Amino acid sequence: MVLTAAPPTLEIGNPWVNIAIFAAFVAVTLVIVLRASRSNKTAADYYAAGRNFTGPQNGTAIAGDYLSAASFLGIAGAIALNGYDGFLYSIGFLVAWLVALLLVAESLRNTGRFTMADVLSFRLRQRPVRMAAALATLAVCFFYLLAQMAGAGGLVALLLGITAPAAQYAVVAVVGLLMIFYVLVGGMKGTTWVQIVKAVLLITGAAAMTIWVLVLFGFNLSALLGAAVETAAAEGVENPEGLLEPGRQYGLSTLSRIDFLSLALALVLGTAGLPHVLTRFYTVPDGKEARRSVVWAIWLIGTFYLFTLVLGYAAGALVGPTAIRSAPGAANSAALLLAYELGGTLLLGFIAAVAFATILAVVAGLAITAATSFAHDVYASVIKRGQVAPDGEVRVARITVVVIGVVAIIGGMFAIGQNIAFLVALAFAVAASANLPTIVYSLFWRRFNTRGALWSMYGGLISCVVLIAFSPVVSGKLNPLDPTGPTLSMIKDPAVDFSWFPLDNPGIVSIPLAFLLGIIGTLTGKPEADHEQLATEMEVRSLTGAGAERASAH
Amino acid sequence: MSIAGPQHTEGSPPTVAQVHASEEFAGLRRVFRRTIFPATAAFLLWYATYVLLAAFAPDFMSTRVVGNITVGLLLGLGQFVTTFAITMGYRRWADRTLDTTAGSLRARLEGGA
Repeated sequence: MVLTAAPPTLEIGNPWVNIAIFAAFVAVTLVIVLRASRSNKTAADYYAAGRNFTGPQNGTAIAGDYLSAASFLGIAGAIALNGYDGFLYSIGFLVAWLVALLLVAESLRNTGRFTMADVLSFRLRQRPVRMAAALATLAVCFFYLLAQMAGAGGLVALLLGITAPAAQYAVVAVVGLLMIFYVLVGGMKGTTWVQIVKAVLLITGAAAMTIWVLVLFGFNLSALLGAAVETAAAEGVENPEGLLEPGRQYGLSTLSRIDFLSLALALVLGTAGLPHVLTRFYTVPDGKEARRSVVWAIWLIGTFYLFTLVLGYAAGALVGPTAIRSAPGAANSAALLLAYELGGTLLLGFIAAVAFATILAVVAGLAITAATSFAHDVYASVIKRGQVAPDGEVRVARITVVVIGVVAIIGGMFAIGQNIAFLVALAFAVAASANLPTIVYSLFWRRFNTRGALWSMYGGLISCVVLIAFSPVVSGKLNPLDPTGPTLSMIKDPAVDFSWFPLDNPGIVSIPLAFLLGIIGTLTGKPEADHEQLATEMEVRSLTGAGAERASAH
Repeated sequence: MSIAGPQHTEGSPPTVAQVHASEEFAGLRRVFRRTIFPATAAFLLWYATYVLLAAFAPDFMSTRVVGNITVGLLLGLGQFVTTFAITMGYRRWADRTLDTTAGSLRARLEGGA
């Protein structure tokens, strides 16, 4: 292969082509955002796009939100290098949507207004529950934002051959500033359109590459897999046949198997608790459209993951593991190297621009979710006790966006070089432990009360963060090839080791714990005075949609 | 947009409590829960089986079926198939069954019927 001799800085493609295509994307989305801003008047317009998106549009935006750079570049790269185990990731990410479809989407749309906390505080005590839900929301958004910003820095190193820290910081700052502009001006409507455009580009690009690969291999999946094994064997990779078998990435020790189960649990239960996914259900007119959104999202996301299966093995076969590993960004560069191998400079530029756009769109979605949660739950309900003019709330949301943008830029600069997959996995684990149990209980368990919600949310959130802090992810994971060198943990000094929790992912402990705490808290606490009446109201509204927030007419 | 407002005309709409106590609502809730709970249990169980097989029965998952296609790959693709199937099935069911009853109850509550 031509690329096996590629130098450490990726001198493929033309940085100017990449920048030009990306600039074109930014220009188009800026026009869309400016147009969308004209109809932003009320809080419902700003937070929920006036609830005027159709199911298919919202489903596409959900796919745009969900298919982050980590899942596109990350999964393709994991499949290219580790084969089957990379594929396992995508299955968890997809199956998780059934939880959202069957249990959450419609009921959430029918009972809430703007945030996850709306649903919880329908019949529980407003202020403590909103505060807890807002903290969990902000925690998930923060970890996810850091991952995306770190990804942006890594991506630019890969595409422009820039490794100087100053240039990477500049890119992180540009991403942050663009995000602030999109969200400030466009609100939820502008953000949604950015996500729709990005999802269409990403899925189209991946589809074109997939068909191209399949044509090369005569539409024979077995031949493609065989070619990946052959390339790996030719490059002297240990156990090339292992690409087709489980265990290559996660290993086969008892501990690594339990770690893998923990990850699988967090993935499948985390999605339906991700706040930026939940807020998307409020952008449609009713529960039926919320259902249609998820149906569309499942088709788009599922199809896309099937593409990544082909693309990952194709990168393994056509680019080869040695070239992928030696490229800056390593596994994350597999899809981009494959694009160059297939379509040269132009296709690489297109896919690279889409990857940038992906980060931008996901970051914008996270920012508006976090800002909505802060302004609506913390400022309007907890601080002002509901005594706030509607435009006052939106003004606070806009200020929050700027603050979040600045925090994300600074945090992103520190996060460059951190393990992106770990940050994303952490966000999923927090969502699955702190958010999902309470959402499910409050929708389906009549007796559930405020104490149950608080114990479950704080228990899930705190156990998750504490277990991560004392896990090998943060300290003490020695590099098996070089035990005295830098560790594989966040803290690189091998002398520092305060880990006592053996797993990388806390889900297998924190998720059952949060479910359990919800039960214990409920059984030991006492119901609110108006519990029966509100529970009845919530059941009727959740199932029939009577009294649910309507679309605003423009 | 007409929202459920204070339109207290003759034969004013039933209260939420009345609807909640009605046979029709109880039936709707029963049907809804009898559909989604078993479906959720089923797909979670199937996913768990798949994940446990990958973790603890790698040799079985590595069995070649045709050429380089392994049992593990087929079961993994099977997860995609069942996810798509449950999605389509639920949508069909909800559009036909759920929406009709829910819609008529909503109309009654909001005073439209």
